[in-house]
Amino acid sequence: MTGSPEQVIRNVLADLPRHRGVVVDSPPGAGKSTLVVRAAAHIAATGEPLMIVAQTNEQVDDLVTRICAGHPRLTVGRLSAGGYVPPLRLLELPGVRVGTRVQDLGDPDIVIATADKWAWIGGRVWPWAIVDEAYQMRSDKLLRIAGLFERALFVGDPGQLDPFSIVDGDRWSGLSWDPLQSAVSVLLRHNPDLPVHRLPVSWRLPASAAPVVSRAFYPFTGFRSGTSEGDRRLELATGGMGTPHDRALEEAARSGWALLELPNRHTVRTDGEAVQAVALLAGRLLQRGAVASSEQGERPVTADRVAVGAAHRDQVAAIRAAGVPPEITVDTANRLQGREYDVTIVLHPLSGRRDATAFHLESGRLCVLASRHRHACVVVARAGIADLLDAHPSAEPVQLGVPVKFPDGWEANQSVLDHLSRHRV
Amino acid sequence: MSLLTSLARLRALDEGIAQPIATVRHCHLAARPMVFVPLKLSGEAAAPLAAMLGTDRDRPRLLVVTQPRNRDLRFAWAAELAGVLLPYVEGFLHRTETVERRNADPYERAVDAPQIVVPNQAGVGFVRLLGRSMRFRRADGPWPVPESVPLLGRWLTYFGERAAYPGSSLMPAMTEELGRHWASGQSGLEDANLAALLAWITTGPSDDAEDPLIWPPAGPATDPGFDAEVLAPAMESGSPERVTEALRTQLEPTWGLMWQAIDLLAGLEAGAGVASRWEQDRGSFSGMAAHIAEGAPPQPRRDGAVAAAAKLARMERAQAAYDVQRAYDDPLVMAEYRLTGEAFAGEVVDTDPGNTEGEGRSRKLRPIVVIKTDDPVRLAPGASLGTPQRRGQGAELVSAGDGLVTVKITKGMGRGRTAAPGAVPEIGERVCYTSLTDEFQGSPALPDAEATPWTHGGPPQEYVPDDEDAQEEWS
Repeated sequence: MTGSPEQVIRNVLADLPRHRGVVVDSPPGAGKSTLVVRAAAHIAATGEPLMIVAQTNEQVDDLVTRICAGHPRLTVGRLSAGGYVPPLRLLELPGVRVGTRVQDLGDPDIVIATADKWAWIGGRVWPWAIVDEAYQMRSDKLLRIAGLFERALFVGDPGQLDPFSIVDGDRWSGLSWDPLQSAVSVLLRHNPDLPVHRLPVSWRLPASAAPVVSRAFYPFTGFRSGTSEGDRRLELATGGMGTPHDRALEEAARSGWALLELPNRHTVRTDGEAVQAVALLAGRLLQRGAVASSEQGERPVTADRVAVGAAHRDQVAAIRAAGVPPEITVDTANRLQGREYDVTIVLHPLSGRRDATAFHLESGRLCVLASRHRHACVVVARAGIADLLDAHPSAEPVQLGVPVKFPDGWEANQSVLDHLSRHRV
Repeated sequence: MSLLTSLARLRALDEGIAQPIATVRHCHLAARPMVFVPLKLSGEAAAPLAAMLGTDRDRPRLLVVTQPRNRDLRFAWAAELAGVLLPYVEGFLHRTETVERRNADPYERAVDAPQIVVPNQAGVGFVRLLGRSMRFRRADGPWPVPESVPLLGRWLTYFGERAAYPGSSLMPAMTEELGRHWASGQSGLEDANLAALLAWITTGPSDDAEDPLIWPPAGPATDPGFDAEVLAPAMESGSPERVTEALRTQLEPTWGLMWQAIDLLAGLEAGAGVASRWEQDRGSFSGMAAHIAEGAPPQPRRDGAVAAAAKLARMERAQAAYDVQRAYDDPLVMAEYRLTGEAFAGEVVDTDPGNTEGEGRSRKLRPIVVIKTDDPVRLAPGASLGTPQRRGQGAELVSAGDGLVTVKITKGMGRGRTAAPGAVPEIGERVCYTSLTDEFQGSPALPDAEATPWTHGGPPQEYVPDDEDAQEEWS
């Protein structure tokens, strides 16, 4: 952990002209988007055209909005697929043009699109590119677009979920260009001399969460919280009724974490009791009128500031059906990546399971779920996860030529569970 | 494992007999399949020991390497194997049909293709390794081998690769195919034992299946007891006949099981999508044959960056299509999606076949169908739907709730002012709609291999065959 965030950003910008590629690792909420916007303005100021690659349409729209807010004089072209309907906030921005072909955009300072859209573009080379969320991008996507730029800045969070495929890709494991690896892994294996910078401070995670997440998911690089103990407070306006759910919310408000533990039982994925508990927690949180105070001031925790996360889509559907207030975001870890809320309620991926598969042990899944909040995170789980982990040590076959990956999902799970056990209700 | 398969396994355990999890057969069965049961020397990665193979269940060929550590004997065996397999494979090349393509030249496709059936997934892996050990050998230079060996190596590599391609039937692994159609009451690992799985399907679980003296392993690994007590002494005795007869005892039981399994699968009617997938297999087979005929080099040792990405894209596309086709072909597979809320089935309770949207010239026919269903529908309004009852028809979910789902048909109901007869389901008809659709979306182009970008290591070195290939470490 060296240097201030400002110093790191300056180092990154200074490295840009010196190397073909620059990688910036960013832990959750460490100002990745701020960096992308800064770098975009920095490059655009040189007068050279820039392309920006993001992974989803939401990410692209967010970036466009932020670039225009920060640098209203820049012109931005937003490339999109045919069926895309741009949100109203985008159309109202003055310097933005939306089109399905590069020719339709005029000649903007910055052209921005998803990786999937970029793959269809050809016949032009940009001197600069910024690839956002590069750790969530599969390397075969990078292969399709790498011919479009000369130099690139790759920004992403190494702790989140790895890209995946519906087919078994073992046949390529060990190859330096394994198409199932992330864009950054492949890039660095072929260009090991590229500089890698790390943003050292998480502005999102509170002082109660940064050390836990850092220890479990970023064991060697680490990061710290931008706020200190006491800077963030979560208060419940009305008194509780002493139910476990209320006590869990109170514990979370007090300490930033809570584990609502249900009796040990093997269940189907859409565990009725656990789903009910999650829905109840979400409902109670709103009913009790939580108020969050932080360096950004005091504001009520409204439904749009709360998220519910789970591992599987059917769990998400079941939680929705169990009566969560409709304005609250309920989604899978994959789709919560890159999002931020005041309070999150998480159904633990290993809750009620008989086995701990690689999918459920993947450290990125738990990392995403445990690092979306600015104030507090409430985890719902069946008892017995520690025993389950002990009964299922990681036994994945070791593939030759594959660099060892940290953190180990099994150990990260143990680490988080150990911390949660101190906040058990 | 899905909920329905788990349930079928529990029921299998309870009733003592495997339960069907498919109503139709999802793989192609050739009229004249080549059954191939290979064995390898234990402790070696790819040292062939023996193989029993043939297209006639009454006349299997037994090929044996009487001393597997002898390189000359091994490649003599490979040449013998080529003598059986190559005529079988090449026999399908003569009868072809011309296929017209949009935006491309027409090409010749074999009207039928070879099918090599192996007992299990390990057998497929062994075939791939055999191909790897043979395809770079040459008929001249150091360590020359018979000319047919490298050619067989390329074909075996092809079949082994194709086996990993979702929905392909060129080289099915028998336990996998059986497992796709029946759920036994044992674990997935135990299902890889052909004798045990077949016992579950036919007569119920039997301890005999675990006894290597009654049912020797289906290969390629052999029974350690047999290795120590029978094979080793036979090899030491120096009598080829003794080794051959010993290995025959290990292969003959599996040979019988393989044909029994083929009969079992043949008893199921083929699903509607099987023929089109087999058509793709035939096209792929013809492509490979053309590749060889043009004198292209053997498949590379490893996929390059571009080749790997292209293969991955094709496999993902095939997997998605395979999943959708199986669900459309088979109500039992569709039931899985009905459980997860991605499909629903029920009775039509109301229709408005003449419903239209828009005015004047943009007025469009959009027949409305209301379905009463007990399924948990987890689809949002606006979701595009397909239906197995009327393939090619597209629909859109309008609303769902209280057990009633309203759907409007958006395509495939005829071009007239009124819907074509039969295009809109009648009241009382049982229908199923699902968000799974097999709509082909092309994938964006990849760079040429020579234009591999710097992020992926730059252009690869070209492969030039040389004598080094023969010096390769082998065991």
